[in-house]
Amino acid sequence: MFVIQNKLRSVNSVYTKMAAVSAMGFSQHLSSNDFAPDWTSREVSTGTTIMAVEFDGGVVMGADSRTTTGAYIANRVTDKLTPIHDRIFCCRSGSAADTQAIADAVTYQLGFHSIELDEPPLIQTAANLFKDMCYRYREELMAGIIVAGWDKRRGGQVYTVPVGGMLTRQPVSVGGSGSSYIYGYVDSNFKTGMTKEECLRFTAGAISLAMERDGSSGGVVRMAVISEEGVERQVILGNELPKFSTV
Amino acid sequence: MATLSVCQPQFGGFSFENCKRNALLQGELTKLGCSVPAARKTGTTIVGVVFKDGVVLGADTRATEGMVVADKNCSKIHYISPNIYCCGAGTAADTEMTTQIISSNLELHALSTGRLPRVATANRMLKQMLFRYQGYIGAALVLGGVDCNGPHLYSIYPHGSTDKLPYVTMGSGSLAAMAVFEDRYVPNMEEADAKSLVRDAIAAGIFNDLGSGSNIDLCVITKGKVDYLRPHDEANKKGVRTGDYKYKRGTTAVLTKSMTPLDLEVVDETVQTMDTS
Repeated sequence: MFVIQNKLRSVNSVYTKMAAVSAMGFSQHLSSNDFAPDWTSREVSTGTTIMAVEFDGGVVMGADSRTTTGAYIANRVTDKLTPIHDRIFCCRSGSAADTQAIADAVTYQLGFHSIELDEPPLIQTAANLFKDMCYRYREELMAGIIVAGWDKRRGGQVYTVPVGGMLTRQPVSVGGSGSSYIYGYVDSNFKTGMTKEECLRFTAGAISLAMERDGSSGGVVRMAVISEEGVERQVILGNELPKFSTV
Repeated sequence: MATLSVCQPQFGGFSFENCKRNALLQGELTKLGCSVPAARKTGTTIVGVVFKDGVVLGADTRATEGMVVADKNCSKIHYISPNIYCCGAGTAADTEMTTQIISSNLELHALSTGRLPRVATANRMLKQMLFRYQGYIGAALVLGGVDCNGPHLYSIYPHGSTDKLPYVTMGSGSLAAMAVFEDRYVPNMEEADAKSLVRDAIAAGIFNDLGSGSNIDLCVITKGKVDYLRPHDEANKKGVRTGDYKYKRGTTAVLTKSMTPLDLEVVDETVQTMDTS
């Protein structure tokens, strides 16, 4: 269990809502070097578009693969779908360091809990562990997380823990800076009772549209299908993305 | 699973007590017209690449203090364990001390487990420490090594985020170096190709970035063997002067000569031997 210590806040630190503008980290407290461009001192942020959809028997999760420091793409093949347990994954958006640290801590806590229980843990438990950490340290963290998976009690579930530490269950959830561009698409195209293949097409389409419009999202589309049988992962490369306009 | 108690005095960790004093001093100094001494930063180009049998790490050797080169041949590839090395960019002191702390902890860990340390372990230790200091430790690292699971390469950012990739670049010259990698990287290269690719990437950083310069250091890590090539390529040798300012005896004619003996007192001379046993 790591400890987050209270730190002196830099006057320049800026909080921006994930949904509205692409979130950038706080300006770093180092002496300014004439050689070093902007991106050497900016915090690494997963600009991002992330998404998860429930279907009968499991969930489909999707994410883009771009991590930025300022205007430079630090990693163009990031895997933002992080395994927390055998049938539980989380999508990470916001500060890369914060979300990686939170995911590592929750993975440890959930693994410990699962061994105590001698049973696979519930998705609701994992989501609550994320919520506890994100809410308690809300002033220090910049993390928007979607937790999804399959468990025996309630089947496929999607829980969203946005910046600030709220927790709510939704049949479909989008997050990250690119999500603002696809709320319309998601609201109009989502239907209850979709099959796994329909969910996959829906997710791939939504992420592709967001990547097209959001500068902080791009690269490849990574998807994961979690069901009772296990986890299937797939990648859609740039040239295979679904096309929406011939312009 | 310890939590910090409010009543206990804080032990260990970063002491923020001097920050107020530093801010006051900075104000005073600017009034006098001087500037606060800047932390020495390694402008830097550091890279790493995974090839067929292992990893190749590369770094330039220039350390800058503002606009002046503080060290023309500093070593940026740090030892972590016999099979793991780490390049460091950012604040020189931070990269040096961070790598030394983790190297020490990893040696103890290896003695405790009785096994050769894994790169993922070093990565975990580094990221957890950097996250704890919330980015105030300005260390951007390229960690590479070979362990029982094969060759691994990680890039670690000052705030504590890490990426596991087949090729990485960090530092002010990273964009120039990344351009070379994106053009010529292929998976499963031979050692000679990997070394030449890394050399070219660092050279791109040296010649196109003001914060990087001097020579190219390489470190080739394979299963059971480490080649620490310092320097691998002296890309910036100091030039040899073609002219000379020394004149022959007799060039200047002597017109007059006068000798004045100086009255010197001979002072007592004593020798006291030091006990060096």
